[in-house]
Amino acid sequence: MSELPAVAFEFEVVVILRAGRRVLDQITALIPAAGITVVSGRSGAGKTTLLRLCNRLEVPDEGTVSYRGQPLDELDPLVLRRRVGMVFQRPTPFPGSVADNLAVAHPEATTQELSTALTRVAMDPGLLGQDARTLSGGELQRMCLARTLVTQPETLLLDEPTSALDAQPKQIFERTARDLADQGITIIWVTHDDAQASRVADRTYQLRDGHLTRAAEGTRP
Amino acid sequence: MNDTVSWLGLAVSLLLVVVAAGISWWQRLGLQRQIIIAAARALAQLLLVGAALTLVISPGRSIWWSWLWVAAMIGYASSVVRRRAPEVPHLLTLALASFGAAAVVTLGVLFGLHVFPLTGRTLVPIAGMMVGNSMTATVLAGRRLTDELRDKRDEVEARLALGQASRQAATPYVRAALRAALTPQIETTKATGLVFLPGAMTGLILAGVAPLQAVLVQAVVMFLVLGATATTTVVIALGLVRRLFTPDHRLMYLPTPVDH
Repeated sequence: MSELPAVAFEFEVVVILRAGRRVLDQITALIPAAGITVVSGRSGAGKTTLLRLCNRLEVPDEGTVSYRGQPLDELDPLVLRRRVGMVFQRPTPFPGSVADNLAVAHPEATTQELSTALTRVAMDPGLLGQDARTLSGGELQRMCLARTLVTQPETLLLDEPTSALDAQPKQIFERTARDLADQGITIIWVTHDDAQASRVADRTYQLRDGHLTRAAEGTRP
Repeated sequence: MNDTVSWLGLAVSLLLVVVAAGISWWQRLGLQRQIIIAAARALAQLLLVGAALTLVISPGRSIWWSWLWVAAMIGYASSVVRRRAPEVPHLLTLALASFGAAAVVTLGVLFGLHVFPLTGRTLVPIAGMMVGNSMTATVLAGRRLTDELRDKRDEVEARLALGQASRQAATPYVRAALRAALTPQIETTKATGLVFLPGAMTGLILAGVAPLQAVLVQAVVMFLVLGATATTTVVIALGLVRRLFTPDHRLMYLPTPVDH
């Protein structure tokens, strides 16, 4: 972990406008590279937008976002998105088997590599041949996480990934994310669930009225 | 070639329009007015076109008039496509490009390889068949692709988030749109001759041309339409992908049709 720059993302007076409203209002913040950073806030506060700025699915109307010291607009977005993976709020299976889904991320990946990706998210590699759309909600979301891991990202953006899950699959997902963070993957986790924030966060930011403030450090036991 | 329709014959055929309007009245469909307006409009348009065509393709007239006619047809067809699918962004320029490309391909083959001699008499109707018959598929391809990318935005962005380039991320949806747009034409081509006798052939036979000759012309026209449809739809689809994604591989905001 020592060779990693301490800062993953840097926001400099970032503004996002929607129909004249400032969804993000001059956000200036440093997101550390280590561990799990949680961004909490109510629905509609702009959390998802903030996350989408990090892999350039959106670009700011004003200001700059940098990743590991480099402004994002100077980086090839396709390379950036393989370094900074994202799991969306709703699982998005592609047609076909679990293996087909994982192969979208890396068509030349071997079965061994695909199996490893499943193992990393606590899924049985025996599921590779199964139609992705027959998986349970929890498995589906972890498959999406595994699919992202196939690109071997340094950073994961998690956009309320457990909001549709029951307690047990939610717990498995949280444990999986913690394991990945312990393996050195930077995680930025957006949630409106304060209890979850306190379970998983190494540090928490609060997004409110377009402003991002540092809320707490190390709430995790 | 004496089997021509007289003005009286035309007037008598209007009885069929009366039958259609009568059925609408009897079944209380409320379509009588529309049926009569449609028939009158079609007749007026055809007469106008007939008069203009007589001028454009009369012997001795420069072929440039025919080319001008073709260009005007492409322009008009593009504006029709645009009006039929207002929810598809940038459709006017894309339709112009797609009909232009189809013209180059189809007219290039048919006239460049001397399937027909290049005269006003052949150029105008051939280009008309090409444009007219590929219009619906062009609208369908543009509309379907826009719908797919809007409705499956989550999926598209998941692909982009895995580092796929926009062209690659759009591929499954481009395929779906092209299949949907081309399938009706393929079905029509398959059924030709068995289920229905197409217009060009019927017209030729009625005008006294030998059936075999009419069949050959019709076959060429069918292939022309198939080639034109495939060309216009692929140009529309790939052009739309370029317009609906930013150069840095983001999917633009696509309003739902009700927003219009």
